[in-house]
Amino acid sequence: MIYKGNVWKFGRDIDTDAIIPARYLKTSDPVELGKHCMEDADPEFMNKMSKDDIIVADENFGCGSSREHAPIAIKAAGISCVIAKSFARIFYRNAINMGLAILESPEAVDGIKAGDEVQVDTDKGEITNLTTGNIYQAKPFPEFISNIIKQGGLINYTKEKVKAQAK
Amino acid sequence: MSKTIVEKILSEHSGTDACAGDIVVAEIDAALVQDGTGPLAVQHLQKLGMEQAAKPERTVLFIDHAAPSPRKELSNAHKILRDFAKKTGAILSDVNEGVCHQRMVENYMNPGEVLIGADSHTCTAGALGAFATGMGSTDVALGIASGKTWLRVPETFKVYVTGEFKKGVYPKDLMLHFIGMIGADGATYKALEFCGPTIDAMEISGRFTLANMAVEAGAKAGLFNSDETTKKYLKERGRGEAWRPISADEGANYERVYEIDVSELEPTISAPHMVDNTKVIKDVEGIRVDQVYIGTCTNGRIEDLRIAARILEGKTRNPHTRLLVCPASRDVYLKAIEEGLIAKFIVAGATIVNPGCGACVGVHGGILGDGEVCLATQNRNFRGRMGNPDGFIYLSSPAVAAATAIEGVIADPRKYL
Repeated sequence: MIYKGNVWKFGRDIDTDAIIPARYLKTSDPVELGKHCMEDADPEFMNKMSKDDIIVADENFGCGSSREHAPIAIKAAGISCVIAKSFARIFYRNAINMGLAILESPEAVDGIKAGDEVQVDTDKGEITNLTTGNIYQAKPFPEFISNIIKQGGLINYTKEKVKAQAK
Repeated sequence: MSKTIVEKILSEHSGTDACAGDIVVAEIDAALVQDGTGPLAVQHLQKLGMEQAAKPERTVLFIDHAAPSPRKELSNAHKILRDFAKKTGAILSDVNEGVCHQRMVENYMNPGEVLIGADSHTCTAGALGAFATGMGSTDVALGIASGKTWLRVPETFKVYVTGEFKKGVYPKDLMLHFIGMIGADGATYKALEFCGPTIDAMEISGRFTLANMAVEAGAKAGLFNSDETTKKYLKERGRGEAWRPISADEGANYERVYEIDVSELEPTISAPHMVDNTKVIKDVEGIRVDQVYIGTCTNGRIEDLRIAARILEGKTRNPHTRLLVCPASRDVYLKAIEEGLIAKFIVAGATIVNPGCGACVGVHGGILGDGEVCLATQNRNFRGRMGNPDGFIYLSSPAVAAATAIEGVIADPRKYL
């Protein structure tokens, strides 16, 4: 999968309460959750960002709660991909299960500035900063993870698999 | 091969010789969801046409984050869990019962078992010598339906604790100190194994506090030996027959070993807005506090309430500081009434809140105003955690919380002990 967008940068330890505050968890509707994405990290984020933009963050992105609403909100907000130096464990698994592309690359995070245009090839694990021309290498996804993300998450992936087995 | 506790448990549950780094498919003994994450899990299963529980008698659906419901949308979410319980035979823990993690250890979890839960503090049950870990709604939904999950066997950090706590210093201070030392991502993907003479001598309640906060260092689980203390607790809870000993093998492989001597430890506080932003009491004393919150899955047990009541007895809260007390479960609440603790809190000016997670997670029952400061015994102080991104949260032991309620500013509890 190839994603292209402009970069929004965040610091370390961006927690799930910053990504989607619990006061909005009265619903699991992606559209509603997406409206409040990153609100407690940057209250203006949803007014500034555009569809397909990319979040680039420092270490321990997604720490805190197990709420799956966090990757759902990021995806529904229109963010195409998250690049961080590292991810918290539960968030990492949830992002894949929700079909949100995430990549770990400390070099890319250090080399990319807010506003840069970036292209990400998740099959190759290649992150290209189109603004500077620099290319960074992250670990590519194994094929089954790629397939989960292509199908929009683990539930759709499982559904398709069950269907295929029934045939 | 010599094994850590987590390697032992996951070997037994996967039928393999599991070592750190292996990916295994493990049998699950128990699973939990709560009212924040559970409705989504049920909706996922509905989408798959798999509305079922492989082990309904060990699948527990908790209504604790908004208990009782403060708004219609949450009431409707609760209906989804009640319907799922009816349909599948899963256990419903309703609004009167209390916080999921406290209820799991009180009633459902045993040494050597595997628990997955759609809540990050599921790791609390590790104090009983179980492997317990938090996951998202999708993972837990598929675990409930199939009775299995895939896991990467984590490497283990051994946390070897020695020394005696000074007066006024508690396991909570140790855990905040430890997280401050290794950082909020210091143990990401790893298991923590707590051991050493101080842990051997520690009562079960303190072990629950340590295990509960393992995730605040990024850990997948926090594990303890199952020993005579564990046995005594299970007996008290009517599950003595479920006890079995568990400990790591001599020569087990640890990625790191931390040694901590608690004898010089001071009352420790996490300052806004990260748990690893820790300070010793003298550096934060005197900060004005608008609300004190004593409770939660971290420190809402009877032992915690006894400490707070001892300090508050015969005193009253400072008039500008609200004091909320929230027993972690119905059983804790009842015991606190029997022991006369609740009356002491009320006389001291406390508001008693229904057992649950409401204020800690910022859903209801203690939301902060703009610019307000709260000192809480909970596990997390992220910006916005208690319902307002313009609030400030400090974390502490119940003793510091009680002393702070009296003085209206962050206070050292030792002068009251």
